[in-house]
Amino acid sequence: MWKLISVELYKIYKRPRTYIAFGAIAALIVVIQLGLKIDGDAYAGFLMKDINDTLSIEGKILNGYLICYILLQLLLVHVPLLVALIAADMISGEANLGTLRLIFTTPYSRTQWVMAKFIAASTYTILLLIWLAFLALFVSIWVFGTDDLFLMKSNYVVLITEADVMWRYVGAFVFAAFALMTVTSLGFLMSSLANNSIGPIVGTMSAIVFLTILSTLNIPLFSLIKPYLFTTHMNNWKEFFDLQVNADNEAIKGSILNIAKIKNSLIVLTLHIILFVSASVIIVKKKDILS
Amino acid sequence: MSVIEVQDISKQFGTLKAVDGLSFQVQEGDVFGFLGQNGSGKSTTIRMLLSLIHPSSGSIKLFGMPLNEHRNELLEKVGAIIERPDLYPYLTAKEHLQLFAKVRKKHISTSDINATLEKVGLSNRSTDRVQTFSLGMKQRLGIGIALVHNPSLIILDEPTNGLDPQGIADIRHLIQYLAKEEGKTVFVSSHLLSEIEQVASQILIIHKGKKVAGGATKQLLDPNKTIVHVTTLNNEAALNAIKLSDYASYLLPRKDGIYFCMPQQQIPLLHKSLVIADIPLLNVETKNSLEDYFLQVTSNTQ
Repeated sequence: MWKLISVELYKIYKRPRTYIAFGAIAALIVVIQLGLKIDGDAYAGFLMKDINDTLSIEGKILNGYLICYILLQLLLVHVPLLVALIAADMISGEANLGTLRLIFTTPYSRTQWVMAKFIAASTYTILLLIWLAFLALFVSIWVFGTDDLFLMKSNYVVLITEADVMWRYVGAFVFAAFALMTVTSLGFLMSSLANNSIGPIVGTMSAIVFLTILSTLNIPLFSLIKPYLFTTHMNNWKEFFDLQVNADNEAIKGSILNIAKIKNSLIVLTLHIILFVSASVIIVKKKDILS
Repeated sequence: MSVIEVQDISKQFGTLKAVDGLSFQVQEGDVFGFLGQNGSGKSTTIRMLLSLIHPSSGSIKLFGMPLNEHRNELLEKVGAIIERPDLYPYLTAKEHLQLFAKVRKKHISTSDINATLEKVGLSNRSTDRVQTFSLGMKQRLGIGIALVHNPSLIILDEPTNGLDPQGIADIRHLIQYLAKEEGKTVFVSSHLLSEIEQVASQILIIHKGKKVAGGATKQLLDPNKTIVHVTTLNNEAALNAIKLSDYASYLLPRKDGIYFCMPQQQIPLLHKSLVIADIPLLNVETKNSLEDYFLQVTSNTQ
């Protein structure tokens, strides 16, 4: 199995399309970091304008941790679209090239090949996330320095001490890995249904956009299905940045406000991954390779 | 020993029966020519032999074992190209062979890979990306991929597609070399009947998914339409002598001798007439036309 995974990783590594997503993420992050570096004070002033009269903040608000949070909010919505570029091409791209015939006449079962392809696509997704984490977190820390993380929620503010931040980012990135692997598995399923790359890539992107809209609309009819949509759970990495408070309304260091929500989301995402990958295996196993 | 044993296989696509109750055997060491018109079911049959398509009914055995039960084990002994040389445009020729060598159970060394590149005539382009290759070069690389793990059975579906005359001749020589020198069993389909005629020891012709003729190449060809190539020291006199006979037809004088058709059993009469005419005979070579035979059997079943 390792042989097949290494072959699939090698193909991803050699394909020029692979680097589009890495380039796009780097370009976006650098542009945002540059903008905030040059005009960050104005941005921070805009953020604080409603509470400046009631709250006095000392220290660097616009530090590396906050920049990373801003970047994740912006990018974790768009990264799934970049992931779809590779994941949705894994099977259909080979069917289009005709190379599916070549690999399916080797002495490995189709299930083994499909699993190897999924693991390779997931590895790509995780590498993309690591790249995102490196640029968004570590480069931001290097450029903007560190301090306590001050977050403005819809009707309250959260202040997380500097020493209490890093593990939350680790948790958020691990959670994001599950979310992006769900997208990978959806792209993979789409890929198993088609014989060209464009359809599954566009199909995956459209499905994400459509389901995201359903997840965010507050209409009672959709509320019934919302808990079962993976898009409802994809943004729950933010839960790592909400703290419990004690009787004196003081934040409890090292706590998470709603850990059950994170666990529930991880279960839903994992079930989606299993469902999408299993369906892909069944479809490919039954498929007649004609093209 | 039967390397391929196909028993009553059929394949239905919706209302179309692409292959209909086909049975045949391929013996070890044979070069087996698989012929049929476009849409006759050749590629569907080959895809079933490689388990790319599941037969609707019937059974396939390779090396005496059922393909559906021992697929992985059996495919280790098979090398194949199917119809077109479909490759990864962003990889080089050598990377292709390395990649496909890696997914074989046995170890394939770099020298084996280089030898394969040499065998298919791509050693001087081994580090070039496939997107810069001509169709003929891709076809050679496809054959290289089929050969890199030294399989016992080689299945080639239209291996001469896109090749120039020299390339076609090279593939023909390669097939002959693989069968004679390396003892491989070669299952080859092609539209180039003259090529199949030159390399195949056994032939199977299918039409509309059904077998219409099959057997040893020599036995299949009609002995009454044997093509004879005569070379003498005086071809002009020989041509006149042959024209006078009642056994020869389709006379065609060429620089390298005279070509014509005649029944095989009357060849002694040819010798006799040339001796009587006092024409020094250098060589008499007989050829049967597979094309004639193919057109005859497929047109009979329209």
